[in-house]
Amino acid sequence: MNYWPLIGILLVVAGFALRLNPMLVVTASALVTGLIAGMGPVEVVATFGKAFNDNRIIAIVWIVLPVIGSLERFGLQQRAASLIRSLKGATVGKLLILYLLYRQLTAAIGLHSTAGHPQTVRPLVAPMALAAAEKQHGDLTEDEAEKVKAMSAATDNVGLFFGEDIFFAIGSIVLIQQTLATYGYDLAPLQLALWAIPSAIGAFVIHSLRLRAFSATLGKVTK
Amino acid sequence: MITLPWLYTLAGAMFAAFAILSAFDRSNPKRIGNAIFWGLMAASLLAGDRIGDFGNGLLVLALAGIGGFNLIGRSHPSTTSDPEREHWSAELGNRLFLPALIIPVTALVGTLAYNYTPLGGAGWIEPKRETYVFLALGVLIALAVILTWLRPPVIAPLNEGRRLIDSIGWAAVLPQMLAALGVLFAAAGIGEIIGNLTGSIIPEGHVLPAILVFAIGMALFTMIMGNAFAAFPVMAAAIGVPVLIEHYHGNPAVVGAVGMLAGFCGTLMTPMAANFNLVPAALLEMKDQYGVVKAQLATALPLLALNILIIWWAGFR
Repeated sequence: MNYWPLIGILLVVAGFALRLNPMLVVTASALVTGLIAGMGPVEVVATFGKAFNDNRIIAIVWIVLPVIGSLERFGLQQRAASLIRSLKGATVGKLLILYLLYRQLTAAIGLHSTAGHPQTVRPLVAPMALAAAEKQHGDLTEDEAEKVKAMSAATDNVGLFFGEDIFFAIGSIVLIQQTLATYGYDLAPLQLALWAIPSAIGAFVIHSLRLRAFSATLGKVTK
Repeated sequence: MITLPWLYTLAGAMFAAFAILSAFDRSNPKRIGNAIFWGLMAASLLAGDRIGDFGNGLLVLALAGIGGFNLIGRSHPSTTSDPEREHWSAELGNRLFLPALIIPVTALVGTLAYNYTPLGGAGWIEPKRETYVFLALGVLIALAVILTWLRPPVIAPLNEGRRLIDSIGWAAVLPQMLAALGVLFAAAGIGEIIGNLTGSIIPEGHVLPAILVFAIGMALFTMIMGNAFAAFPVMAAAIGVPVLIEHYHGNPAVVGAVGMLAGFCGTLMTPMAANFNLVPAALLEMKDQYGVVKAQLATALPLLALNILIIWWAGFR
């Protein structure tokens, strides 16, 4: 077996570890990997370009930015924060656990693209979590604010990943079904989706416990 | 029929506007870099199917060069100040949430209505893309509401969008680059190599070590590739089917479904899943670009252990 293509992986790992610019790391790794695989220089560039073009669907979500930016212009983040300030007993923990549940439930019924980092986390969830943290803790240091933001984004990811597979018509379920079908195991998508439920419950419990613990480090609601 | 290229055109037009506004933004010393960078994104979205594979490749190399050597900068389009925003927030009250909710609600209601009422029977949207179409529709409705209700300058939404995209910078393009890198990894046979390596380290005799190699292999390979989709067929071929299902008679539904979720734990732990882990760090203006990944480790690791236990308990009764 020829192990040389693993150099491409090594380049990526080293590049990320050294904190080089990821755009350059990824491009260098792609070119090197293609050349090692025996492609000519033109073929490597063309393969890379075609793959980039085939994945343009990833760029569509940015069309929400003009709306989010316009609403920020009129104080949306400030509004989200003051709504949280007006709620008695709102904590980072309660807020993010509620969002985790919402994200898992909507993803489980196939609505995984309706929320996300540009659509909901930046304009609503993160400012709300920061406001709740300030209620609990008073003014936040930069590191504390950073941690609240990170937890807001993490909650969106955990909710999405461990909710979407309960929806039987999602890509990953189709992929599992097709892969196993080539070996003669014909499974219904619903059978597979059902087995995503125990992990989804586990994800909710584990991440909620972490959110509660994190929230407790910020203190109780004082104002 | 409304197809994906319609949405590419919409997004492309937006990036083209970002490029033009950038070119004339004298407050940004790197404005030419910004103009070319977003102009190339516009070209990809508007004309990607017409410039050929090699043309697209050159376009990606140009994006990588401009983004990689820091030739783009943050712009500061005219927007409102914090005191003005506090003022608007107090004056408009919670009604301000309504336009923000138009996007998710349109996507949600539209998707449900399209799939579960006769509305979808006519087939006027490309199959499986309806959520994206309703997302775009929600954006257009929200913009119309904002412009008629709050009456900002007509150009304001584009400038505010440019403010945000410039704060994200090249990280906005990285997820697409990583997806393309995955294709090259696959073409170079990295999947077979990993499958071969993991397949060779399983001891005979007990099912648990095989489950551990399968699930941890899914997570590790997912961390390398940035998503579990590339990992699953490889690990299924190397261990999942021949060892777990055929040799130890595991339940194929459990091995398949929970094996994929073990991979998702890997997605939480890698910067290679840029759109989930690096983009939000940029979007939330965090100092540490790896802050989100770090925050996820303590959820991902116990969850991986739990998935291993689920495969063991439920898959091999």
